Amino acid sequence: MRKCTRRALTVLGLCLLLLLPACRFVRPGELTGGSAGAGGAGGSGSSMDLNVENVDGTGWKIAMITDTGGINDQSFNQSAWEGLQELQAETGAEVAYIESKQSGDFNTNFETLVDNGNTLMWGIGFACADAVLEAAEANPEVNFACVDNAFADSPMNVTGVVFRAQESSFMVGYIAAAVSETQKVGFVGGIRSEVIEQFEYGYEAGVAYANRVLDKNVRVSSQYAESFSDAAKGKSIANKMFTDGCDIVYHSAGGTGTGVIEAAKEAGKFAIGVDRDQAYLAPDNVLTSSLKNVNVAVKAVGKRHIAGQDIGGQTLSFGLTDDAVGIPEHHENYSDEIYEAAIEIGEQIKRGTIIPPSTKAELDAYTAGLK
Amino acid sequence: MKKILSNPFVLTVIAIILGFVVASIILLLAGYPPVESIRTLVESMLGRPKDISSVIIRSTPIIFTGLGVAFAIKTGLFNIGAEGQYVMGCVVATMVGSMLDFPKPVAVIMVLASAMLVSALYAGFVGFLKAKLGIHEVITSIMLNWIALYFSNWVCGLDFFHKHGTIGMYPVNPCTYTMVLPAWKRSEEGQAFLAENPILKETLGRTDVNIGFLAAVIAAILITYLLNSTRKGFELRAVGQNIHAARFAGINVNRSIVHAMMISGALCGLGAGFYITGQSPHTVATLSAFENVGFNGLSVAFIAFSSPIGCIFAGLLFGGLLYGGAGLQSKIGAPTEIINIVIGVIVFFCALSYLIPRFAERMEAARISKQRRKKMQDQPDVHP
Repeated sequence: MRKCTRRALTVLGLCLLLLLPACRFVRPGELTGGSAGAGGAGGSGSSMDLNVENVDGTGWKIAMITDTGGINDQSFNQSAWEGLQELQAETGAEVAYIESKQSGDFNTNFETLVDNGNTLMWGIGFACADAVLEAAEANPEVNFACVDNAFADSPMNVTGVVFRAQESSFMVGYIAAAVSETQKVGFVGGIRSEVIEQFEYGYEAGVAYANRVLDKNVRVSSQYAESFSDAAKGKSIANKMFTDGCDIVYHSAGGTGTGVIEAAKEAGKFAIGVDRDQAYLAPDNVLTSSLKNVNVAVKAVGKRHIAGQDIGGQTLSFGLTDDAVGIPEHHENYSDEIYEAAIEIGEQIKRGTIIPPSTKAELDAYTAGLK
Repeated sequence: MKKILSNPFVLTVIAIILGFVVASIILLLAGYPPVESIRTLVESMLGRPKDISSVIIRSTPIIFTGLGVAFAIKTGLFNIGAEGQYVMGCVVATMVGSMLDFPKPVAVIMVLASAMLVSALYAGFVGFLKAKLGIHEVITSIMLNWIALYFSNWVCGLDFFHKHGTIGMYPVNPCTYTMVLPAWKRSEEGQAFLAENPILKETLGRTDVNIGFLAAVIAAILITYLLNSTRKGFELRAVGQNIHAARFAGINVNRSIVHAMMISGALCGLGAGFYITGQSPHTVATLSAFENVGFNGLSVAFIAFSSPIGCIFAGLLFGGLLYGGAGLQSKIGAPTEIINIVIGVIVFFCALSYLIPRFAERMEAARISKQRRKKMQDQPDVHP
């Protein structure tokens, strides 16, 4: 009998041992050190154009819910959480996040955060937009914000945060056209929406601008994959574009875009990354990336909230002037001259001498104006 | 002792306790206070009326898929396709619900019926392949899970259903809602009434209280009745326990397999229907991965030892852990993965638990032989 017990205990012990390596913990605080640098690669790191500097956030509680991508999505959820952590480091405010496993969780998660005493809650990604509106209606005394969504009629406790992605897209469009040898470049979008169209039309305008100033005749072919997660489809679309003579393809398609980069790697052509510096996916085949630093916006809005500014009832737009969009500094895959020129274009966009279009109508007007 | 240890309920409780013990050890190793973490977890699950209401809502679809899987197990089938059947139910419910505009009861019944029907057919196809061609249901249903996922994404992208500016479909029309008094609680009159009843304001006012859970309980009772007290149920169970004996006894085995799968699928589809009509956002979004409602159903059925009534409680436990896990994360900072570990350990020990009765048997046998030996020693003349 004793033998039996011992054996059973051994089995149990072994099972427990087996379970241990399965748990890989990332504590909220530990993320900051590793990736804050990467998150702010686009700009000088500080965003002091925000009028709000040294605020004391002690006692404030700010939190976010992720969309179904999860907190380590290598994209905007992760970037937003980095922003909140930076906010905590700089102001002492208490921050937290809740992951949403399914879209049905958005509302429950917001309610949990409200119960925990948060006064500003973020929904990350436009998939959360409807949930933000619903939660805001049910909890009028606290504030909500949503990344990537401009609300048509923003309630007084809801802030929409959008990025002028057309500005960085314009810059990478210029770079693409300047580098292209085949006079043909491509664009792969995720699911068609106003947010993704900013990328497309900004990019096309950048190419048109390069054609004008460099006296080239580069054409753009665009296609939507109708998915943000189908890497295989992204790859097949990019393959088609490369065989059709494109030598650079820009994507704004989330997970679908990893297929685009893979296709570029296999074809020995170039892809342009999006949201964060995606050069690590294929160092020799990612020409540059169009950065969208969600963390900058999350931090800035958080500071304004702590400073007591009225942030609700409006849509805040972040762009080059806020260091919220841009291109990475390293450019080993194309020449210094082109990089300098792109940065100069960025300066002109900041000054307002170039206004990149974000809709089809604006693009048509812009290209008509170039001729 | 042996009798107690053979009781499935006791075994489940032991497994659950062990699950929390292992979770505490891991929390401790990761540097989180275990006792406080578990207390926070329980508090987030049951601390306030709102939490209890949310747990019930969260667990409703899982109870349905758990019921579906448990029913299939009772009839000798392993319905790992519950996930795909659930996804099909969701997408069909949303398609039908977004087009319908009928008076309430008719619209609700039509949405639920269509979701049930499609899921039943989807599962029935698996049963058909098994019955006619002998292909194992696990293989076909895993493949069909993926087909369901991509079908759902394809429908999400269709111009007719795709809601512009979102990644999902148009939500179902309000006439199909299965929440309790959805319009009234938003009205001025309702708000005024809720303001005077704090508990109702917390539960009804802030969560999507719906009739799904009630339906799940009724479904569990009906399934128990079907299995244990009807001729059909007897046939299905006979096929599950010994297919050859059942065939010899004159039961149409092929038909039984198809019917069992269809009923299992219908339960998953009904869960999907109640999820879409009863909870915001009332729609389906493009999925990059499974949402695991069906797969969680497998664990629920497992923890419940395939008892339909047990699925209600196992489903509530699951829903509670999933919902409470969010609180654990935001209050203690421990990642929600810890919840998956708890769930995993519980399922693991439930799987191991068939060893416990055997273990008890051995102990009994050891005791008896010891007694015998002692007796022999007491009788010296037996020795030569």
